[in-house]
Amino acid sequence: MKIYSFSEQSYPDAWFEDAESLRVSLPNRHCDPEVAARLYNRYLDEWMLADELGLNIIVNEHHATATCMSASVHLTLAILARQTKRARLLGLGTPIANRSDPLRVAEEMSIIDVISRGRLEMGFIKGVPYEIVPANAKPVHVMDRFWEAHDLIIKAMTTRDGPFSWEGEHFQYRSVNIWPRPYQQPHPPIWSSSSSPSSSRALGARGYVVATVMTGYRAKAVFDDYRKGWKDAGRSQPAPLDRFAYMGFVAVGKSEAEGLRRAELVKSYLQTNTLVAEPYKNPPGFMAASDAAKLFQRVGWRGPSHQMATKGGKPLGSAAQGSVADTIAGGLMFAGTPDQVYDQVVDFYQAVGGFGHFLMMSQAGQMGHEDTVESMTLFAREVMPRLQDFHAAAQLAA
Amino acid sequence: MLDRPETANTLTEIAGVRIELIKRGTGRPLLLLHPAIGIKSTDRVIEDLARSFTVIAPSHPGFGRSELPRAMTTVDDLAYFYLDVMDALDLRNVVLAGVSFGGWIAAEIAIKSTERISHLVLADAVGIKLGNREQRDIVDIFTTKQSEVDRLAFHDPKIAAIDHASISDDDAQILFRNREATALFAWSPYMYDPKLAGRLHRIKVPTLVLWGASDGIALPDYGRAYSRLISGAQFELIEDAGHYPHIERPDLFTRKIVEFVSHTKRRET
Repeated sequence: MKIYSFSEQSYPDAWFEDAESLRVSLPNRHCDPEVAARLYNRYLDEWMLADELGLNIIVNEHHATATCMSASVHLTLAILARQTKRARLLGLGTPIANRSDPLRVAEEMSIIDVISRGRLEMGFIKGVPYEIVPANAKPVHVMDRFWEAHDLIIKAMTTRDGPFSWEGEHFQYRSVNIWPRPYQQPHPPIWSSSSSPSSSRALGARGYVVATVMTGYRAKAVFDDYRKGWKDAGRSQPAPLDRFAYMGFVAVGKSEAEGLRRAELVKSYLQTNTLVAEPYKNPPGFMAASDAAKLFQRVGWRGPSHQMATKGGKPLGSAAQGSVADTIAGGLMFAGTPDQVYDQVVDFYQAVGGFGHFLMMSQAGQMGHEDTVESMTLFAREVMPRLQDFHAAAQLAA
Repeated sequence: MLDRPETANTLTEIAGVRIELIKRGTGRPLLLLHPAIGIKSTDRVIEDLARSFTVIAPSHPGFGRSELPRAMTTVDDLAYFYLDVMDALDLRNVVLAGVSFGGWIAAEIAIKSTERISHLVLADAVGIKLGNREQRDIVDIFTTKQSEVDRLAFHDPKIAAIDHASISDDDAQILFRNREATALFAWSPYMYDPKLAGRLHRIKVPTLVLWGASDGIALPDYGRAYSRLISGAQFELIEDAGHYPHIERPDLFTRKIVEFVSHTKRRET
């Protein structure tokens, strides 16, 4: 099992400036560049430590928000490509339907892959609805644009006798011929995220790695849908576990109390993540009109919310309001002593049918540097080796 | 995407597209192009207009229950579609009336051809860019809270309020189809065609520009400027109405159109 260390590179000093929206509309006067400089460098230091500890790295991006200062997966990965030595570098991901220039995505990804000597894991995502307005991307036909961008990027990365021309519905280029070509052949591994049956099946059909983020025990349905798509595409062998990834919170302490104290800090992500003003929550066309209509009939203009449930399906309420105990029961959080965290991950792994990649949000919000370093180090030294042994045994048994 | 509610039997195929079509009344044809909020056969304005005209009120492709051909993605496509519709129904001496987004379509039709059109009515029409690049002419409904959109769009916002708990499945689905189609056609540039203002001089039929005096989505001054770009256009305010005068004052909306049509004749060109 590969373990990845994740931070959204947030700006927590501004998290309580606006009770309604930390995204899209929070003015950047709340961002002190001196504080931002300290934070960026600190987060990069923590990824350097992850590399030393044998962890891999996952980077994301959001726009116009205090919850995530990474406005470009590629920029952060470019730094880490040079600075780290061993870690796989996962971008999850690049919102390729929101980018006006997919050719630029192909070029930048290839540079990262070459500088890191083939350590890039390439995540393409639809993104969350509130990225639509800051990206100025049309929410209608977003997945058509996604797949056209995807096709162009892959063709650009794998064509060796270019240039070629591209005259699609959404993108037109007269001459595509990227330098450098990627280090990994024919191209870096492709990932995407999913929480819906249709997108899980689409990813399964293509055999890409599917990651599901903080979905708790619903991850099982995501993985099962992926397997359907995988099988329906005519494959006789079952999908290997390295096609599946799960992201949850991790907070480890020497004592249970210390682990749970860190869990409170890392959980602050959930309170702020969905603080988005009404108009940005569900732009028209981003979800099917029939689904948007049903959601409206349930909750009005408030938009979707993240609901948790136990392994047995008992509702635990909204993730934004839940306690640490709720998030542990819901499979979003793995927290406590190294023994407890190991037991929780194994229990969750078995409940959802296993996964080859564990993406751990090991830093969020107000969790400071010392706590992050200790929690990550404890995980890497005392949980990871046992998890990897467990996973290897599970794969053999399968 | 844009899946239709299951009432396909009420659709009429015109010009290759299955659309929902209201047709009522007798007399010369009036083609009514609805705003982004759609149109219902129970809207009072249909009944009022039908006393003087044969009202033809389609739901645009992608709106209401009308199907949306995958190739239709711009207001230009809708304008060509309605030129085909007028040909297919062999409509002559048409009074072409559009409200808000429908007014934009009407203007795009009229710059292309007025062969079948005798009079043009633009009510609270969008579609042109007037201000500088840092000045938005039309309130962005995609970044404005719904209660605020309602307040700006209506003289009496109580009319607008939709109760999510009691709305029917069918109406909820149409509400979100209309929103999605609006985003498809008007996302960016937002609610305008950069070329339209420079082409309005091509409109030679008598034109009436009606504007809700309380319109906070596109201000009456925007309407006055719009009317000045069409030679000989008449501008009139409708009191006690906002962005949708055909909903808030169907009586005045109808009377002004009837008077305009009876007092002006198509100029021979």
